[in-house]
Parts: sequence; C-alpha cells; structure tokens
Amino acid sequence: MIDRKSWAQLDGKLIILTLVLMTIGIVNLYSATINLPGGEFPFYQRQLFWLGIGVFFGLLVFLADYRYYEEFAYPIYLLALLSIVSVLIYGIVVGGAQRWIRIGFFNLQPSELMKIALILALARHFARYEMREGYGLRDLIIPAVITLLPTLLIAKQPDLGTALVLVFILLSIVMFVKIRFRSLLILLTVVILATPFFWVALKDYQRSRILTFLNPDMDPLGAGYHIIQSKIAVGSGGVWGKGYLHGTQCKLQFLPEHHTDFVFAVLGEEWGFIGCGVVLALYLALILWGLNIGMKAKDRFGTILAFGVTAMIFWHVIINVGMVLGIMPIVGLPLPFLSYGGSSAVVHLMGIGLLLNVRARRHIF
Amino acid sequence: MHLRRREPEEFRPRYRYFIVAAIVIFLTIFIRLWYLQVVKEQEFRLLSENNRIRLRKIPAVRGMIMDRRGRIFVDNRPSFNAMVMPEDVDDLMGLTKRLSEFLDIHPAGIEHQITARDRPPFHLVTIERDISWKELSLLKTYGLDLHGLEISIAPIRMYPHGKVAANLLGYVGEIDKEELKRKKNYKMGDCVGKCGVEWTWEGYLRGIDGGRQVEVDAVGREMRILNQVRPLPGHNLYLTIDLDLQRHGEKLLGEKAGVIMAMDPTTGEVLAFCNNPSFRPALFAGGISTKEWEELVSHPLHPLQNRGIQGLYPPGSVFKIVTAAAGLEEGVITPETSLSCSGIYYFGKRGYQCWRRGGHGTVNLYRGLTESCDIYFYQVGERLGVERLSRYAKGFGLGKPTGIDLTGEKEGLVPTAEWKRERLGEPWYPGETISLAIGQSYILLTPLQLLNVISSIANGGVLLKPQIAKRVEDVDKKVLVEYQPQEIARLPISTENLDVIRKALVGVTEDDHGTGRAVRLAGVKIAGKTGTAQVIKLRGMGRRPRPEEMPYGSRDHAWFVAYAPPDLPEIAVVVLVEHGGHGGSAAAPLAREMIRKYLSLKRGEK
Repeated sequence: MIDRKSWAQLDGKLIILTLVLMTIGIVNLYSATINLPGGEFPFYQRQLFWLGIGVFFGLLVFLADYRYYEEFAYPIYLLALLSIVSVLIYGIVVGGAQRWIRIGFFNLQPSELMKIALILALARHFARYEMREGYGLRDLIIPAVITLLPTLLIAKQPDLGTALVLVFILLSIVMFVKIRFRSLLILLTVVILATPFFWVALKDYQRSRILTFLNPDMDPLGAGYHIIQSKIAVGSGGVWGKGYLHGTQCKLQFLPEHHTDFVFAVLGEEWGFIGCGVVLALYLALILWGLNIGMKAKDRFGTILAFGVTAMIFWHVIINVGMVLGIMPIVGLPLPFLSYGGSSAVVHLMGIGLLLNVRARRHIF
Repeated sequence: MHLRRREPEEFRPRYRYFIVAAIVIFLTIFIRLWYLQVVKEQEFRLLSENNRIRLRKIPAVRGMIMDRRGRIFVDNRPSFNAMVMPEDVDDLMGLTKRLSEFLDIHPAGIEHQITARDRPPFHLVTIERDISWKELSLLKTYGLDLHGLEISIAPIRMYPHGKVAANLLGYVGEIDKEELKRKKNYKMGDCVGKCGVEWTWEGYLRGIDGGRQVEVDAVGREMRILNQVRPLPGHNLYLTIDLDLQRHGEKLLGEKAGVIMAMDPTTGEVLAFCNNPSFRPALFAGGISTKEWEELVSHPLHPLQNRGIQGLYPPGSVFKIVTAAAGLEEGVITPETSLSCSGIYYFGKRGYQCWRRGGHGTVNLYRGLTESCDIYFYQVGERLGVERLSRYAKGFGLGKPTGIDLTGEKEGLVPTAEWKRERLGEPWYPGETISLAIGQSYILLTPLQLLNVISSIANGGVLLKPQIAKRVEDVDKKVLVEYQPQEIARLPISTENLDVIRKALVGVTEDDHGTGRAVRLAGVKIAGKTGTAQVIKLRGMGRRPRPEEMPYGSRDHAWFVAYAPPDLPEIAVVVLVEHGGHGGSAAAPLAREMIRKYLSLKRGEK
C-alpha cells in the first residue's frame, strides 16, 4: 500500500548506516582512482550518479507494500532469468566474460538483479510452504532448481562470484527456515562428492584462482601476485594508515581492479586498522540490524525476505574482504557501497529498500 | 492481501544462532586484519616502500623453424640488454653520462627515455638491446654503483643461413602500441612475429613467458627470489621448404630481381620460395636502427616485399594455357583447328603483331602453344570474348588469393567488362580481349598463383592450397599439428582437353621449334611454358628492341613455368625474372637448374 504513513515509518538508523557507508565509499573511491584515466567524468562522480540511481530504485522498492512482491515474486524471477539468458545470447564481452547487456546508455548486469529476484522467489516459496518440523530433502528440490538454474547460467558467463553468492543465499535461507538434521547431513555428503565434477566444469582461470588461493606459490605471476600485493597494501597501512591520498601500493596499478573488487585494499592502506575496523563494524551493525528487522517482521515472507537480503550483504562483505586479506579465493565480488560499479550499487540499495519496506510495515495489520 | 497470517514466532529462537555466527565470522576477519596490520606491519611496510616485490619477466625461448628435413632455418641465441628502472635511479646525470660513454649513445636520448611520462610505473626501460661483449663487460665492471641499471638476458633470433628465405620466414620485433590494443596476453616489450612465417605461426612459436617474483633492496638490487615460474619454450615448426633447393634457387637468382618457387604438385607443398632482393632478418632481431630501416624501405627494388605473393605482374604468354583451355572447353576450337599467322593480325583498325615477325604460317593448338604463336591465340580470344575468358581465368584460381598461410597475399586482377566500367568508367574494347588472350592488358597475378596453375595442370586438374608448413612439434618432439593437402577446386577442364595441353607443354621444350627448347635436360623431360610480359606498350610497327637496348624499368618480365617429369610430375616450378627479357632465355634455364637440382637431391637422398 502506498500511503503517507509509510514515509513516516522510514527507518532512520538503517538509512544513516547506509549513508555513512556510501560516503566512505565515495571518499575512498576518489583516492583509489585519482591516477586512473576515467574518461569524461572521474570515477567518483560516476559512482555518485550510480548511487543516485540506486537511491531512487531503493525508494521505489520501499514505496509499494512488500506483500505485493510476494504476489509478483515468480514473474520477477522469470524476468530476471530471461535477462540472464539474453545476456548469454546478446551480451557484450568485457574482459573475456559475457556479463553485461546494454540498455540505453548504461550496461546492465542482470546477474546482479538476479540476487534480489532469487531472494524474492525463495522467500515466497518458503513462506507459502511451511514445515514446522523442518524441511526434508524432497522439499528442497524446488528451491534448489530455482537457485541452480540462474547459478549455472551465471557461472557460464563466467561470473563465479555471483554464482557463489546465489548458492550461499540459498544455503543461508535453508538453514534459517530449518532443515531436518538428517537432510543436512545428506546434503553435505552430496556436496562433498559433487565437488570434483564441479571442478571439471570450471574455466581455466577460475581453477587457477582457487588453486592459487590454496597455494599462492602456484601462480606467483598472476593471481598470486595480486594476493601478495593486496596483502602488502593492507599490511603496510599499519594501525593508523598512511593517510588519505597517501597510499602508494594500490595506485601503482599492481592491483588491476583496485577500484572495484580490491577497493578495500586502498582503504586498508590509507586508513589502517582503525579505518578498516570502523568500516567492518559498520557492516556488522548493518547486518545485525538487518537480522533484527527480520525478527520483528509481521509475516513469514517479510522475515525470510529481510533475512535473505541481509545474507546477501553479509556474504558480499565476507567474501570480498576475505579475498583482499588473502583468506578467501579471488572470485570477483564487489564490496557493497564501496566498490565502483553501477549494477552492484543499484542492487544493494534495492536491498536496503526492501529492508526499509519490511521494517516500515511491521505494525500494519 | 492474505489475512490468514500469523506472526512468525517460530524464527525467534533461531535468530540468536545467526547473530552469533555473524559476529564470529566478523571476528575472524578482524583477527586477520589485526594480524596483517598490527603484527606484520613492519614487514609489509618495508615491502611497500619503493615497491620491493617486483615481477621480472623470464622470456620464453621462441620455437625454432626448420626445413622439411629438420635443418634449422631460424634458431635463438642469448643476448644482453641494457635496461633502466627509472624509479631506482638516484643520480640521473651520472647514469646517463656513463651509459652514453659505454654504449656510445647520445645522453639526451637516454635521459629522454628514462624520464618519459607515458610509461607505467616500475616498468623497465630498454636503453639498448643486444649489447656487445665489450659493452657488457664495461657495464658489468663499472656499472655496479649505477643505481637503476639492470642487465637482462633474453633469447633472440639467430639466422644460421643469413638471408636465406628471409621474405618467407619474416622477422620478429617488439610489439607496437596498435598490436598491443588488439592482442590479448601481450605486454609492452614483448616480442612478436611481424610478418611471414613468424607472423602466421606466432601462436605456436611464441611459448609462454615465465617470471620471477623478486624482493629488491631500497636501490633496486635483487635480494632474493621469492617465487619463480619457468618459461615454456615455443613449439618448433617444420616447413615444407627444402633448404638445399631454397639455397640453390637463391643462388640462381643471384643479383637479378625476381622469384623462383617450386612446389610438389601432388600435395601443394612449397619446396622453395626464393625472392630477390631480400634482407637480413637478423637486422630486426636486436631492434633495427632507424638508418637501417630507412635503407630497406627506400631501396628501389623493395627488398621487404615478398614478391611471390605480393608482386603483381602480367603473365604474358603463360596465360595462353588458360586461353587454350577455355577455347577447347567452350568448343570454339578443337585440337585440330588450324588458324593462320602471317605475323600481323588486323582487328578493327589496328594491327596486332605476333612476336615472330615473319609469322608461323598455318598453326594448330599444339604449335600455337609450343611456338607460342600470338596470332593463334588472338583469334581464340576473339572467338571466346572477354567474359568467357575471364571466367576461365578465375576457374584457374586467378584473381583471388591462393590461401597460403602468409599475411599480405595479393589477389591479383582478372579484368571483365563490368570491372572496367566500374573502375575506369570506360567500356571494354574488343581489342583488349585480344591482348588478354596472350596475358596482357589489365590482368595481373602473383608468381604463386601461376605456380598453382602449373601445379594443378601437372597433377591432373586439382587446385591445391599451397602449403608451407609440414607440422608443428613441441620440444619433446610430440607432433601437435600435421598439415594435410587441401583441395581448393578443380580446374574447369576435362581430362582429354587437359592431356592435349599437357602434350603441348612437353613440346615447348622438346620440339626443335619450341620456345623453351633451351632447357632440355638429359634423362628427364620437362613440360613448360614461356612467357614474356610486356611492361610498356610499344607503339609502331618496327622491330621490337632487344632488352639490353631498353632502360631497365621498361624491359619485359621473363616467365617460365614448368613441371617434371611430364607423366608423373614431382615438381612444379615458376620462375620470374623482373625485367629479364625473354622467358625462353632468361627464365627457362633457371627453372631447368631447379629441376636438375631437385632430381640430384632426390637421387642423393635415396
């Protein structure tokens, strides 16, 4: 329901948290890209523009009562799936991967939108099919299909990071809605047994990245070098950091994606342990608050929806920061609100819009 | 809206676990952060200063290029390069001064290179490639205290046979900015095949560069190696060329500008690919100097041009083979059709001469070919018309590239009335058909196209793709690719008619009046056809001057195409001597010598 009351119900804490992270993101991006040729507009300006678009979509998502999204969850999901298929057919190839589709003036990355669409679809499914005593394996077939269909298509683009996040979202939600213990054991066994087959399906560079992560000596010239440079950048920041705009390691282009996937390394070098600690604490606060929103929601759909969005943000932060710090493989995931990139900004702000939505309508019944 | 909703109480207790899980995982990240930024701070700070961890390329050894029997055309040798890491330079004046003394380069040039702005940071600048032993020892002895100076070792191309097959092999050089944009997996300073075989088989020859992760001290000296990836050498390429035959062909050409090529007509394998003048590919290996480059590109005879595939010439009388085939196939003549030649043929208001002023008398197809009677073919051409004639020319593979695996192949030109209307805005004159019938007027082709024509006539009518590579092997001698004969098309001619032509081609050398009678060889017959292609039109009816009486650039091109033995051909040859005069005297003997050499090599081999 779009009404005046919903504006009054806007969650100030969540909004402030998001705004602070966005501000840090722009400030950090300015430093990270100061030496990068950015075309007509510098990177931070372009990112401001994207954040603006994201805020617009976030508010749009907020305005309609989230229970409408339950009605339209499957059509939205199908639409997203369709756009992923069209990316494989018509998409433009950037850096060897086919992830983008050109819509008017900007390149859209449908795999990003899929994250939201999947959360909606899974939330609807689990909201409608309630199992007090926990879900068995057979009950999980439909959610698994819903998840794996886009996951496989996205892995084929190839975009391992996003594919991984989709699987993690599913697993998080499944754990949350309660899976039977026996089913969980069986599932784990299957996953372990299936890993070798999955391995074969990976692309060469993906395999080498994972191997490099497990053993950084393996490819010291490519991904191994990135990990080492990233660790040097973060580590050399020390407790207090080298100071804003005074980082050297990241700007020397040893890290080719230091404004996108490795943007946290720039933060670590210039702001040190203190700066990183503050930012991580902000993320943690955002996530705990997201969980709280889910807990206070008035219906199953709202609860699972809020939980799914929180899980999405959580995994992005953990995988990205873990990668920069050298404790996770390089899979290419953006850091929410900090990494440069339009699709990621829009999707995460839409996520925030959904959280605000669930929060605002916790009293309406 | 659904009204049957309950508050989702059931999740409440589970939230606690998820909150704890989130906090624990974040704590792990915090601990890791603390470890990197607090515990290891000093270590990483040191490493970050002056970019202490650097990547050094270990260039891969490029694959070798061999002849068909495994004899080396192109090899590698180690070379030393004087490099500078600008970030490590503390005394720019001193460094440039010493370097200019040791290497005999102008100091301003060195300084300009080191201080250039458009360079990625911490990227080595090459001051001079392939420095001499003397320069190396000077730098090693007196250059130790010059911070920023580095000597790198890299394999570079070596050519044991000097200029042999240079235009075919091509050369390598540093990748330029344009190529860098187009090609993935290449970095600034990488070596890349620029033309010829080096260009085509770049992907196989290149190998994979290795690298070293090294830790350097504050002034850039290597402290220790952290990690190393060995380079993988490139694959070795075996050509179809026979080194002996190739060298012999180049010796035969001597100082004359021209082309000699030989092919195995049964497979399309090119056995010799000689081009003169050519160049020393070693010039490019260590980076060619501007002066040497200027000399090469301003040379009047264009040594960088690969005439075999890039030179365009009118075929002259060699084209009569095509005219004869078209005439027979279209039924405008039979082998017995007799036409008369009085030395001049009037068409319209103009008289067209035969090369033999006195005329050939009554001529049939056999004599028309063996004695190369122009007037016989004028009349065949007149009966055919330009459209049919050019259709057959295209059927023989003319006017389009042969598809040989080399870059820059020209397609030549087979004129049609439509072409002339479009390009020149003029109608086709019937008199031009008459010229076309003897391979003059606008028609242009490459020597390789002509070799392909004679080769397909030799093998019974199959146009094959000219092959220059036999196979690619890796360093362990495992065969990666084996190139197979590839049929492009069939000649548009029946077996009977082809036999008529083949018989006449033997007569060219065997008959007492044959234009190629100078090339008889004891023991084996040779089938062939002479060609003398006019470069300029001579007006008037007078005696055509002898070549040596004319300026070099106006002299006729001498052609000879041949194959042997006629019954079961093993070798097809094309010879072109630019401005060499008569095909029968200037080109044919070279073809004979090629065939003689081929046969003696074959005897020696078995």
